[in-house]
Amino acid sequence: MKKLPILLTALGLAACSGFALAEADATRGAASAAVCMACHQADGSGMNIPGGESWPRLAGLDAAYISKQLHDYKSGKRSSASMMPFVNMLDDQKIADVAAYYAGLPATKGKGSESANEATLKRGQQLAERGDWSRYVVSCKSCHGPDNQGAGAVFPGIAGQHAGYIKTQLQAWKAGTRKNDTQDLMGSIARRMSDDDINAVAAWLASQSASAN
Amino acid sequence: MIRTFSYVALSGTLLFSATAAATDDTTQQYINTLTELGYPAPKANELVHIPPTMEDLENASLHPELKRVIRRGYDLFTNTQQLRGENVFNNMNCSSCHMGEGRMPFSAPVWPAAVTLPNYRGKNDHVNNLEERIAGCFTYSMNGKPPEYGSDNMLALSAYHQWLAKGVAMYPEKPIYGRGFPAPDRPAKLSYARGEAAFDENCSVCHGNDGEGLRVGNHTVFPAIWGDMSNNWGAGIVRVFTAAGFIKNNMPLGQPNSLSDQEAWDIAYYMSNQERPQDPRYTGDVKDTLEKTQERFHKHSMYGQARETDGHVLGDHNNTGEKPFLKPDSVRPRTFE
Repeated sequence: MKKLPILLTALGLAACSGFALAEADATRGAASAAVCMACHQADGSGMNIPGGESWPRLAGLDAAYISKQLHDYKSGKRSSASMMPFVNMLDDQKIADVAAYYAGLPATKGKGSESANEATLKRGQQLAERGDWSRYVVSCKSCHGPDNQGAGAVFPGIAGQHAGYIKTQLQAWKAGTRKNDTQDLMGSIARRMSDDDINAVAAWLASQSASAN
Repeated sequence: MIRTFSYVALSGTLLFSATAAATDDTTQQYINTLTELGYPAPKANELVHIPPTMEDLENASLHPELKRVIRRGYDLFTNTQQLRGENVFNNMNCSSCHMGEGRMPFSAPVWPAAVTLPNYRGKNDHVNNLEERIAGCFTYSMNGKPPEYGSDNMLALSAYHQWLAKGVAMYPEKPIYGRGFPAPDRPAKLSYARGEAAFDENCSVCHGNDGEGLRVGNHTVFPAIWGDMSNNWGAGIVRVFTAAGFIKNNMPLGQPNSLSDQEAWDIAYYMSNQERPQDPRYTGDVKDTLEKTQERFHKHSMYGQARETDGHVLGDHNNTGEKPFLKPDSVRPRTFE
């Protein structure tokens, strides 16, 4: 995990002129997160919007992962017209606080799998747990961890995420419009996935529990 | 479903030998994917076999009890950590090295063991069967103590191997496409410094700055590639050419053949310059152990040599990692007398 801390430190130094950030504070984060709640909701559950721009669940995601995404929006490494005005309201301290706040919330349920049929869910499960090596599509869990509930700061939990969000992100990686993953690890897989497979894995993951409990 | 045929490449036209019943779309799909990813196409007269999947198992006409045992073998193969503290004393799963559930060409597919053994094996200088070969992985790669020969777990693992070999004739005479971890040509010079830099850039995001990998709960997400939680000094992958072949063909995950040959070899060399649990063949003295194992094995690793950066003699220690003993009973000669 060498790169992430260096990156964050560099961003932090640039923004704070050498002053270290105070420790992330979830209580302060709750106040700063007021700007996030119109879309991501007070409980961090986000919203699945079929056919529209789904807003991801943030509750229970890894704090360092959330923080990196916010910094990436600010720096332009990840782009979203919807997010841009809001991240610009957050300085480095607020980003750290907001990330701590959402990371501390209990994970909510993923939505968007309700209309998926059995065959779609079965294919999604296969991709998530075993992959499809005939196309060199490795399983999701080989990076996103046991039951796809996340692994470390780099690989977010994707079980229990909204299907609409997972689908649009995989499509973005496939099209090259999202590429803030480390070493193209996600992009190289997404580019080998068919649209049907993207829909299937999104539906399956949305139907799964975000946490082990 | 039999996906084995003789593969003949002729002037860019793919022809199938008369012995093959029909072209198999699934096999062709794998070959197309592999060649698009920069792997070589099968050579004339190579044996190409793409093993059946677990989905195929459900549809196979086998006794339900056999299917249950093969599923058990698959489960052990992909989550070998369930044997932690009993047979496994590090963070490895079988599938940590044998990618794609042991099915993939160029990732040391495991089915060849089911059709080429019993056979003489240079590493231990006697004839090994499938169980003894699997025991070798437990002894070295898992830094462990193999399940007993004939035990439920050993039988389940063997059954999984044989299921993957379904349809292949015993003792094939043709060379096997994608067997082992074929190493690229060794470059003229290997560099520790370049290997370290390439590791930091390409590998550390998953395997950590100190090769420690990543665990979540009792599961290994990314295996440790050196240190106490990795394979011991007797595992095949400590040989620099084997590690280089693994890296070139399989890493970073999802991006095979993306590193240059030089990078793959430099990273492998850097890895072989790090410490790990003692070789179970250790005699109590690293020089003596090296002498006894050099010709068959350690001439390809850095074991017993002084590391160029600090002079540390690699493998000169009594550390067996989490394993509370040095040598399992499985490490023994056979004479058949």
